[in-house]
Amino acid sequence: MATEFHNLQELRRSASLANKVFIQRDYSEGTACRFQTKFPSELESRLERTLFEDTVKTLNTFYAEAEKIGGQSYLEGCLACATAYLIFLCMETRYEKVLKKIAKYIQEQNEKIYAPRGLLITDPIERGMRVIEVSIYEDRGSSGSSSGSSSVSGSTAR
Amino acid sequence: MKNCEYQQIDPRALSVSPLSAQSHTTEKKEQRPRRKWEVFPGKNRFFCDGRLILARQSGVLPLTLGLIVVTCGLFFAFDCPFLVKHLTVFIPVIGGALFVFVVISLLRTSFTDPGILPRATPDEAADIERQIDTSGSSTYRPPPRTKEILINQQVVKLKYCFTCKMFRPPRTSHCSLCDNCVERFDHHCPWVGNCVGKRNYRFFYSFIISLSFLTSFIFGCVIAHITLRSQAGKSLVQAIQESPASVVELVICFFSIWSILGLSGFHTYLVASNLTTNEDIKGSWSGKRGAEESGNPYSYNNIITNCCVTLCGPVPPSLIDRRGFVPPDEVIPAASSASEMELPHFSAKNDVNMEENCQDFSLSCTA
Repeated sequence: MATEFHNLQELRRSASLANKVFIQRDYSEGTACRFQTKFPSELESRLERTLFEDTVKTLNTFYAEAEKIGGQSYLEGCLACATAYLIFLCMETRYEKVLKKIAKYIQEQNEKIYAPRGLLITDPIERGMRVIEVSIYEDRGSSGSSSGSSSVSGSTAR
Repeated sequence: MKNCEYQQIDPRALSVSPLSAQSHTTEKKEQRPRRKWEVFPGKNRFFCDGRLILARQSGVLPLTLGLIVVTCGLFFAFDCPFLVKHLTVFIPVIGGALFVFVVISLLRTSFTDPGILPRATPDEAADIERQIDTSGSSTYRPPPRTKEILINQQVVKLKYCFTCKMFRPPRTSHCSLCDNCVERFDHHCPWVGNCVGKRNYRFFYSFIISLSFLTSFIFGCVIAHITLRSQAGKSLVQAIQESPASVVELVICFFSIWSILGLSGFHTYLVASNLTTNEDIKGSWSGKRGAEESGNPYSYNNIITNCCVTLCGPVPPSLIDRRGFVPPDEVIPAASSASEMELPHFSAKNDVNMEENCQDFSLSCTA
């Protein structure tokens, strides 16, 4: 919507980076890509818990889809092997397709939900799929940002 | 004239802003925009403008390639004409197909990113240190080296990597030769001049399997060649004298077959049990604890599934973005490992120095 996007531009121009929260990976089910859905305490004042959990859960679903092992991925793997892996020069793998969907989803979430609240999500692929980085911005106009201090350890469960 | 676009927010965080805008680098740097591979902190070499990656110590890759090419060349030149005449024309066809497959697998193994994890950004590293150092003591003590997590109800220790400044994900190991953390690290193979990890393990496996077939095939054909020659009323020595190249091939194949077949067998076992060489050598999941419960938590307990997952599973993309452009507002720190840097708004432990530039950072120093 026009207002949210306008806020994203304004965010760029008038806000300053105050803090960053990192959502770590959840390895309880193996090495597949999943992120923890625990709500970090730094975001309590900014964001509703359900919105955050929805975002992370949707991202987890996307990654599960990308890494799903089943008929289609086997077919892709066998076809690639049969063509001596040259097929990857012309074809996009399913993983890459899903990554594009994820990028679009994150952009959309940023525009609709996070930017109006002074937050920004960085695509995990840009951080080596290790963390989801949530940047917290303060309006430059507001003085004395207390957020700089905080040695709060991230995401204590409530 | 290039317009100076001053952006508060790290442009990489916003997918709306096209990266190309920053790559028309404005301002102080008169040099051309640099690609990320040029500032990559690991010990790797890049070719074709970042498309191909190799370890800096390429080991004996030229020797491997040379041996394969020379042996096959001798085979096609000296043995095939005789065999085509006396046996069948399919011999060079099969040999040719195997040769092509071997070379392509080898090149793919050598030049593919094995699954290198990019080093932690300074902010991430600071966040991790803060999480560990919750006692709030002002003296800087090094973070504890391990963190324990549960994977499939089994306790796994994650180690902290001091070079990459992060806790290594499970099955990840730091290769000292390449100075990188590699996912699902198998081993660093000097014969292919690269680490073998998550992204190129299947290429490595195809390489050694096809190489086993190739060496056995050539060995068999050469034996057949010499046998046929000596059967036509000549002695063995005479047959060898007529075709000396065959002896060279025989010797090379004979010595390679033992090691290659052994390696193939070993890796087939690893694939079937979803293990890596690293884990097998360290005995991470076997014997040490003795109890039945400590098995491999990553195995699907089904040979077929393990094979399919390892060899035909989805290929994750390269995480190091070799061909992306380094954003112009980044400073490449001399000592620090991270090539990406952001505004240091908090953290006294941050060892990054920040240049004053046109962008307004005054408020970021309020921390």
